[in-house]
Amino acid sequence: MRKLVIAISMLALAGSAAFADPILDRQALMKERGKIAGGLLKVVKGEEPYDAAAVLTQLQALQANAEKFDTDVETLFPAGSDTGDTTAAPKIWEDMAGFKAAEQKYLADVKAAAAAAPADVDALKAQFNTIGGDCGTCHQSYRIKKG
Amino acid sequence: MPLLKKLVGAVLVLGGVGAVAGWFLSAPVRLDAETLAKLGPGDAARGKRIFYAGGCTSCHSKPGSQGDARLQLVGGLELKTPFGTFVPPNISQDAKDGIGAWSVEDLANAMLKGVSPSGEHFYPAFPYASYARMKPADIADLYAFLKTLPAVAGKAPTNSLGFPFNIRRGIGLWKRLYLSDQPVIAFADGTPEPVLAGRYLVEGSGHCGECHTPRDFTGGTTKSEWLAGATAAEGKGIVPNITSGEGGIGEWSQADIANYLETGFTPDFDSVGGAMVDVQKNMAALTPDDRAAIAAYLKAVPPHPNGYPARKPSS
Repeated sequence: MRKLVIAISMLALAGSAAFADPILDRQALMKERGKIAGGLLKVVKGEEPYDAAAVLTQLQALQANAEKFDTDVETLFPAGSDTGDTTAAPKIWEDMAGFKAAEQKYLADVKAAAAAAPADVDALKAQFNTIGGDCGTCHQSYRIKKG
Repeated sequence: MPLLKKLVGAVLVLGGVGAVAGWFLSAPVRLDAETLAKLGPGDAARGKRIFYAGGCTSCHSKPGSQGDARLQLVGGLELKTPFGTFVPPNISQDAKDGIGAWSVEDLANAMLKGVSPSGEHFYPAFPYASYARMKPADIADLYAFLKTLPAVAGKAPTNSLGFPFNIRRGIGLWKRLYLSDQPVIAFADGTPEPVLAGRYLVEGSGHCGECHTPRDFTGGTTKSEWLAGATAAEGKGIVPNITSGEGGIGEWSQADIANYLETGFTPDFDSVGGAMVDVQKNMAALTPDDRAAIAAYLKAVPPHPNGYPARKPSS
């Protein structure tokens, strides 16, 4: 019994350690997301040649990132984490349902893009514009710039 | 008490003179015949560009509109500012609720002088202090384009402002301080054409300075901190410094700025956010030349440090 209690408390501790700083964790996910999107943007703009396999790998990475965000959204945005070094808007907590809906739309669009495995730059462009639009829609309401 | 009587009399006379002077100084002033003559016939195809450069739909479409709904200019967005709540009106072609009955001269007086067809001042939340720098011919083009958009019935709610901002006539005095058709930034002779074209788009139709420049206590933009960024007039947070000064976008290349306006992605692949999301959609509808011109101008304006206070250390 005692062992079980210890095991549970250790698990709990490990759990909280993984999300010791939700602000840093969610920022890391966003940074990674931006980096992948940036790589795809170069292809969309024709600055880099089209390589279908590489594009698919990038889209899958984007999907993994979005899935992690979706799974962890509660722990990434706990109540009270709107203060400190964050640009998350208080509206996230005022309208958590709307925030989750925006995040899930993004996930669905990324999944659709990865599943479609775009064969050429025009196909990618259409998918990418939808995804890029999702970035803006969410940041329009749920992020504020701070000084 | 002859002295007191004299004093009271003097105060009354001065007050009367002041009131009369104030009444004349605050009177709405319309465009003169010479300016109206420059309107010309107007061209809807050219007007489409002005429509997007002017960002009309960002404030005048129903909040949250996407796609073609952005062309239904029914109004109704609430701009909550320290002066009160401003509600952009219906400017669709509906003759009763919108501006379908307006003449091109009416639109020109509204945009260049901030005066309504019935001769009242508009509040400068309608950014005519920027639009005043536009060419009359561009207004005529815009008028022709607006005529191609749908009529949508429905009046938006009225503004709700506290004293003294609810006295419209007072705006006449404000206009004497802030309404000018002259450029904000003077450039030397021989300045490249794209910079001047960008100045026209940014300072005029684009009205970028309305959000990106700090305001003084009467709500006028502070020209000595032009585009230095500002505390957001509406909501929380800040509007970024878009000069090359400290905290600004000095590290962005001209191509970076143009790319951001086209795609909504910053050089480090962050995405556009806040009120700029709708603005960027408008900028994406312009030509590459227009976006390049805006970028050229932003690289040429005097650098300023941030026009908003630094963030307090997090506790």
